Amino acid sequence: MKKYSYHVLSLLGLLLVFAGCGNQQGQGSSNGALNSSAAEKVYVAPGQQDEFYAFLSGGYSGNLTVYGLPSGRMFKEIPVFSQFPTSGYGYSEETKPMLNTSHGFVPWDDLHHPDISQTNGELDGRWIFVNGNNTPRIARVSLSTFETEEIIEIPNSAGNHSSSFITENTEYVVAGTRFSVPVPQRDMPIAEYKSNFKGALSFIEVEPEHGHMDIKFQVLMPGFNYDLSHPGRGDSHGWFFFSTYNSEEASTLLEVNASQNDKDFIAAINWKKIEEYVNNGGGTKMPANYAHNVYDESTHMGTSTMKKEVVTVDPTKVPDAVFFLPTPKSPHGCDVDPSGQYIIGAGKLSADLTVHSFDKMLAAIEGKKFDGEAYGIPILKFEDVLAGTVKSGGLGPLHTEFDSKGNAYTTFFISSEVVKWKLGTWEVIDRQPTFYSVGHLMIPGGNSRKPFGKYVVAMNKITKDRYLPTGPEMEHSAQIYDISGEKMELIYDFPTHGEPHYAAGCPAELLASKSKKIYRLDENKHPYAVTSPDQAKVVREGKNVHVYMSTIRSHFTPDNIEGIKVGDKVYFHITNHEQDFDVPHGFSMIGQNTSEILVMPGQTKTSVWEPKQVGVWPFYCTDFCSALHQEMQGYVRVSPANSNIELSWSLGGD
Amino acid sequence: MKFIFRSLVLLFSLMMISCGGKEEKKKDQIQIKRKADVEVKTQETVTNEVPASQRITLDNKGVGKIKSLTLDATINQEMVAKGAALFKTNCMACHKVEKRFIGPSPKGIMKRRSPEWIMNMILDPQLMVEQDRCAKDLLVEFNGAAMANQNISEEQARDILEYFRTLN
Repeated sequence: MKKYSYHVLSLLGLLLVFAGCGNQQGQGSSNGALNSSAAEKVYVAPGQQDEFYAFLSGGYSGNLTVYGLPSGRMFKEIPVFSQFPTSGYGYSEETKPMLNTSHGFVPWDDLHHPDISQTNGELDGRWIFVNGNNTPRIARVSLSTFETEEIIEIPNSAGNHSSSFITENTEYVVAGTRFSVPVPQRDMPIAEYKSNFKGALSFIEVEPEHGHMDIKFQVLMPGFNYDLSHPGRGDSHGWFFFSTYNSEEASTLLEVNASQNDKDFIAAINWKKIEEYVNNGGGTKMPANYAHNVYDESTHMGTSTMKKEVVTVDPTKVPDAVFFLPTPKSPHGCDVDPSGQYIIGAGKLSADLTVHSFDKMLAAIEGKKFDGEAYGIPILKFEDVLAGTVKSGGLGPLHTEFDSKGNAYTTFFISSEVVKWKLGTWEVIDRQPTFYSVGHLMIPGGNSRKPFGKYVVAMNKITKDRYLPTGPEMEHSAQIYDISGEKMELIYDFPTHGEPHYAAGCPAELLASKSKKIYRLDENKHPYAVTSPDQAKVVREGKNVHVYMSTIRSHFTPDNIEGIKVGDKVYFHITNHEQDFDVPHGFSMIGQNTSEILVMPGQTKTSVWEPKQVGVWPFYCTDFCSALHQEMQGYVRVSPANSNIELSWSLGGD
Repeated sequence: MKFIFRSLVLLFSLMMISCGGKEEKKKDQIQIKRKADVEVKTQETVTNEVPASQRITLDNKGVGKIKSLTLDATINQEMVAKGAALFKTNCMACHKVEKRFIGPSPKGIMKRRSPEWIMNMILDPQLMVEQDRCAKDLLVEFNGAAMANQNISEEQARDILEYFRTLN
């Protein structure tokens, strides 16, 4: 809700007027959907599996959640930008570097827009990219391990919101700034924002084999707010479209001051032209400082490197590369249909949707039919690029997704509904209420050339009475609609985790068969791994003590350690010797100032303990691993700092 | 499993209660009781038979995909080396050659079990524990510590078997 509040709250009056009748209508439809055919459509019998994966962003949870469709069952929470005690992500020594930034260790972010990698405009299921909105970062999550493999910080950016959308061969993942800032950052009066602040649109190159990310260039745009973006596809491949608001360049009371212009813009960026310009030596190398964190699956370890330079591009220096398409009423959603022909701008303070035509845009550029310029960037004439307007009758349009039959589905936040309309004729076909105040929606593959238009998931900002009350704070609700017919049918309602902003989905068979089951012990390259229990040992290096420990059902090797002293820093490097699917072992030490860790089969993870008190202190396995799980424990004897007890370790007396 | 684990916990708690007092005596009493417990259990489940670990079941091929296996007269040393390395990484956490540990020692196993049974146990211990009497009894004898499936390939299991042939 917060995301939209500045603009939306100004329309609170309207909301109240509509809320009354809107909810009544909703109640009626909701009862209608509670019939046996809706139940059959979402029922996935025990032991059966879902048809689609859905990856819902967690918003302020900082993480990504994995669901099944149509059941709405949650399978996993993947930690990305937030520390996660459940697995030890961000607590273990191996994963702490993943959360490093130029501001130091940042254990949280606001995760918004998942996008699955594509080849030829179709989902290929290799990776999923997500953005951290607050301390600008882009993460890449593996869709074979379902773990975060890489995070890159974005310099010169703030409010990293028009992000992590990918081009149709995953050439680039794109990150645009919502809050323009001084570039480079400097001490200056806020009131001098106008014409001094910049909006950086970053194009991050994705290396095709491993997916490694590197910022190729940043386009330094005028100081507007770059809200959302989507890639061109098909004929429009090579272009990227960004919605903007606050073309007024206000720095205060944006709720009013950024809503003055009748039209803001959709920025059309010909990234292929800019890429060529940069490849030919164009752009300016600018000093910068940003973290690039990579997790290596074979060493089971993340490393953080600070990068010191970024290439920036002044858009006015690249001929015919950047244009503004006037778009009414502070557009939020900026969505491109599967053919790549239509760019849909959802003016969030409007009732209508503006659809721009890619072909018309090219013709207007060709004919140089400009309607002035903004900071040297040509503005195309609204009428020249307009393909059509969807007179929806709803209020507060936000986001649009597509099916494979030429239909579009748009969410309306203020009037709480999903509206189905036809591409080309712009006629409204159906509308269904959501519960309540819907933000994003998702059709599996709905942001690609090949959507799988069987279900749409609407992700709502307000829950209210949908579930049993749980105090003032409730999880947000989502609704699943069957969209296989002419009319949409509400078939299920389920709670989500955090606040989903957008989601991505794909057919189950794209991922299920290649989902990793174990890490092979004989491929473990962790420097502190023990691949055979006879290598288990304890090594002192001054005050640092390294415990090389192995686990298997149900014991630790070693499980008795003596010779540790108060003031030591003890590193437990634990290798799980299981080679069977779904047999992790956990580790936790009494009084440890960190979380437990969960070690997957074949993996090594490290947990740090700094004993402060003399005594004999137990540790144990936190994951119920076998019938003898309760026996899976051990002791560490901690002696005074000046003690001369020799370091020793054992298991079963050996 | 849950019941075994619960009853073990109960047993241990009873023992703890029954033997308060001085530290050194406590140690002895626990050992006595633990031995008694194993005997009782063996009697209940196996009814006067020898413990599963000492039983000779050479005509039992076990349950699983290995139906029949003929061994060459000579031991293949190359396979032995591979098998020994695999054993070290995948098995030694629970099986020690020189002593009974979490599970039985593989020493002399070729005199007690058929090659097929050994292969099946390595390849799918869960199926064996469900369907093979000897595997079931071994689980009970070894405190319910279920053997882990280490994702060993058939070829690797065969190498480990060859290594076992050298352990007499």
